[in-house]
Amino acid sequence: MTRTKATLLAGAASLLATAASAQGISNDTVKIGMILDMSGAYSALDGEGSIAAVRMAIEEMGGEIDGKPIELLTADHQNKADIGSNLARQWADQENVDMILGGANSGVGIALQDITSEKGIAYINNGAATAALTNENCAPETGLHWTYDTDALANGTAVAMVKEGKKSWYFITADYTFGQKLQENASEAVKANGGEVLGSVAAPFPTQDFSSFILQAQASGAQVIGLANAGTDTQNSVKQAQEFGVVQGGQSLASLLLFLTDVDAIGLDVAQGLTLTTGFYWDQDEEARAWSSKFEERFGAKPTMVQAGMYSSALNYLKAVQEAGTDDAKTVVAQLKEMPIEDAFARNGRVREDGLMVHDMFLAEVKTPDESEGRWDYYNIIRTIPGDEAFRSIEDGTCEAVKG
Amino acid sequence: MSDETRSTAGTASKGWLSDVRLWAAIGFVALLIAPQFLYPVMVAKILCFALFAAAFNLLLGFAGLLSFGHAAFFGFAAYVTGYALQTLRFSAELGILAGVAVAALLGLVMGLLAIRRQGIYFAMITLALSQMVYFVALQAPFTGGEDGLQGVPRRPLFGIFDLSTNMEVYYLVLAIFCIGIFIIYRTVNSPFGQVLKSIRENEDRAISLGYDADRYKLLAFVLSAALSGLAGSTKVMVFQLASLTDVQWQMSGEVVLMAVLGGIGTMLGPILGATIIVTLQNELAQVGSLSTIVQGAVFVVCVLLFRRGIVGEIGPRLRRWRNR
Repeated sequence: MTRTKATLLAGAASLLATAASAQGISNDTVKIGMILDMSGAYSALDGEGSIAAVRMAIEEMGGEIDGKPIELLTADHQNKADIGSNLARQWADQENVDMILGGANSGVGIALQDITSEKGIAYINNGAATAALTNENCAPETGLHWTYDTDALANGTAVAMVKEGKKSWYFITADYTFGQKLQENASEAVKANGGEVLGSVAAPFPTQDFSSFILQAQASGAQVIGLANAGTDTQNSVKQAQEFGVVQGGQSLASLLLFLTDVDAIGLDVAQGLTLTTGFYWDQDEEARAWSSKFEERFGAKPTMVQAGMYSSALNYLKAVQEAGTDDAKTVVAQLKEMPIEDAFARNGRVREDGLMVHDMFLAEVKTPDESEGRWDYYNIIRTIPGDEAFRSIEDGTCEAVKG
Repeated sequence: MSDETRSTAGTASKGWLSDVRLWAAIGFVALLIAPQFLYPVMVAKILCFALFAAAFNLLLGFAGLLSFGHAAFFGFAAYVTGYALQTLRFSAELGILAGVAVAALLGLVMGLLAIRRQGIYFAMITLALSQMVYFVALQAPFTGGEDGLQGVPRRPLFGIFDLSTNMEVYYLVLAIFCIGIFIIYRTVNSPFGQVLKSIRENEDRAISLGYDADRYKLLAFVLSAALSGLAGSTKVMVFQLASLTDVQWQMSGEVVLMAVLGGIGTMLGPILGATIIVTLQNELAQVGSLSTIVQGAVFVVCVLLFRRGIVGEIGPRLRRWRNR
């Protein structure tokens, strides 16, 4: 009796094993679909550059995995959640896409996560700032968040600056959820590390004239003025802070979300002295420099952290497919969580249980025009922020699927 | 425009070609079998926008009021429905009705303020009021800011009819679309619609004949707002999300584009216009960074070739050709 049971069990086990290996690569292709902003506000930091970066990752894998070709589909979500959502559904139902790479725009980013998790395909987002992707909207079995989130940026900058002795803060905050969350995260980090928040002012979103807000921030006498905003708001507030001589007056200006392309747009004479956190800088080390110059040859500009993150996530996904021998989403995502993430983009990276890719972040200061040796030479890396220090811990998160 | 619109509004029927019921039946059957050939979510999206454009056209085409704030009704109703389904756990029909009710109420408030002025001032007031709605949607805690409302459940209709697959949702959308278009058709071809058109053509004359023009305009405004809300609420059932895109002023512009492209003051025009714009947006998405440029070019070409919109231009030509 026991013997038959054992034989049965063994038989069942071998059946399961064959089932797993028989999964293999579905439809004999590994299909990656990219849904990102190619014509709107995020197209400079994401857009065509991200596509070029992913193509580089595919070429690095030789364009195929175990003889099965890798195919890439791309689409412009035009910053509309319904267009992105429609495309994702269509690709899942009709094109048998195995993985979707989502770009900047939080609304579209979360919509894609919901659909991919429903359809059982893998999803990696680079560029959506919202921390909801690995908190209330998490889908840890299929959906990963790669480059950065609001928590990491706010936390990273705040902790690092307080540790440098800049303890008193004042915030200029974009008056909507995104800005408020940035301010909240940064304030918590400032207080937890022994600093103090002297006050904050909410600026309507979007704002052209920041002068009254900047005057209030100057009058507060805080050592650091934190800008909890993004995009043109950041550009405007930085420009006007320069006109009011904030940095020259001895106060530090910290931007809680700034991309290399923003600095390129504002210009160094205005942006100099600004402190920020970034997930990647092309000049961070030898490996990043080597890859970035290849990227520049191809695309004509240095990569932003989002574009480098796209490369990294595509490359690691493909490696995980190769390793697991299948493109089944849950198996590949589980595989990714086992692998150390170490490439031109990520330092000390690992994919956490809740889907967040935790990796070292960098605290940077924008160079003065004299220090800079040319276009794209914009940051001095002041400090490496270890991943666990920068990103929120799983215990502090709200992803129900992993908290149980 | 006036002559053609009057005859399309169906005064005399000349043979089978102008039989509205026949064409409506053909269109209905085509839409019934469409998801067998086309992607159902896509067709459902087109129907939602077609209803939105038709509701907008009720105001612009038949009452002559150009509103630049219709996104407020469309988008805010979507938020209300999303919230009702997700948090209040309403069933599908109640969720949609809640969205329509709020849109109608918004329409009443905005209408009361806006109809006191005409032309560009009317447009500016509706734009300003809709921007206020946008900022409420941006900041109110229940809308989720720029994250939007996500993963809205497709709750069963009347608590019993399952709506979990795309096909089931498609037929719900088709039913709502037909009801909405029927309401618009009936409105336009009723004494009420005739009065609206007379106000459009000559408001002073209509007033001198004893019609309370403001009351008619307000009614048309509320009806148009409610139907726009119906379209927005229905869209939530399709995409399971409500986002800022739908309350933004760009959406108010897009619906003008749809109506003008198809032909204002015609029944079929806005539907065709919405189909073209939505299809373009979707197909061009995969072409790459040129999508907005191509959309603009198509619009310019259409404006040059079809002054009165595609249907507004082709309809009268067909009729002339037939009458020869």
